[in-house]
Amino acid sequence: MERHTRKNIQKGAIAALPVILGYFPVAIAFGLLAKNTGLPFRDTGLFSILVYAGASQFMALDLIIGGVSTGGIILATFLLNLRHLMMTASLSIKLRDIESKFLPFIAYGITDETFSVLSFSEEKLNLPFVLTVNILSNASWVVGSLIGFLVGEILPQSLQSSLGIGLYAMFAALLFPNFKNGKSTLLLSIMTALIYIAIYKSKLFTGGWDIIIGIILSSALGVFLIKEDSGVEEN
Amino acid sequence: MKSYLLLIIGCSLVTYIPRLLPLVFLSNMELSYKRKRFLQFIPYTSLTILIIRGIITAESSMMVATFVGIGLAGIVAYFKSNLVLSVAAAILASFAIANLM
Repeated sequence: MERHTRKNIQKGAIAALPVILGYFPVAIAFGLLAKNTGLPFRDTGLFSILVYAGASQFMALDLIIGGVSTGGIILATFLLNLRHLMMTASLSIKLRDIESKFLPFIAYGITDETFSVLSFSEEKLNLPFVLTVNILSNASWVVGSLIGFLVGEILPQSLQSSLGIGLYAMFAALLFPNFKNGKSTLLLSIMTALIYIAIYKSKLFTGGWDIIIGIILSSALGVFLIKEDSGVEEN
Repeated sequence: MKSYLLLIIGCSLVTYIPRLLPLVFLSNMELSYKRKRFLQFIPYTSLTILIIRGIITAESSMMVATFVGIGLAGIVAYFKSNLVLSVAAAILASFAIANLM
């Protein structure tokens, strides 16, 4: 293996570390809940391998318990996960140097968390780095789900919740240092927060639309409101 | 035991296709300056939304712990630029708060 490839894999593993550690306990909870919902081992594994989208997998279990039809669950999953469309659209700018035959593999591994790590990576995105982040994160999710199913018990509730907060903490830890680049990043975040709270409280959009509309609206407003060359687009 | 194969395949397709299409179509497309800026803002706006959503949808017993944990992670990262340290601080703080309250 070339030296710089190995180096990029190493950097990818380090970048993925918070995601790997964050996914694992949440995945264990999913595996256990799937078992309690009545999913067989095989389907629990397939859910995490094929769908690979945490929030929507928990939602699907909820809907199964609620007796919602297969079509209804698929539609709800579509809406909740549609936000990834905005995320891969944004990533496409940073992945232009990567050969297009690899894009289907990269697309599979894009979640809220890997998107965040990749977007705010100081590295220029290269194939070994991206694939390492994606594959290790995915492995943590899948292995955790299976272990949760087999072991059949989760950590104490308060520890479980605190570990779950770790993923949100990671979002903050990736976002906040950008506020040093100038007032406009902070302004954009505050504006986005207010817009999302308004959307959420209005209850006009639910089931995933709230996130998508929030992203589109605030990013579009950013284009009009934030002055050019203000440091926001450095990343 | 009931098989959920159809459900899983359906869910996987509707999840994968939106992940894939922008990468395939936008990667080779020339974008206007404004569209490019729009896409470049998405990491900031989507992370902000995920964070806010995490706080306002937290169970009421965990809301304070969530808020403090996320805030602490942001502050530690701002000054130290160390991701693992920030996340660890957040987990410890929220665990302490969750057990105290």
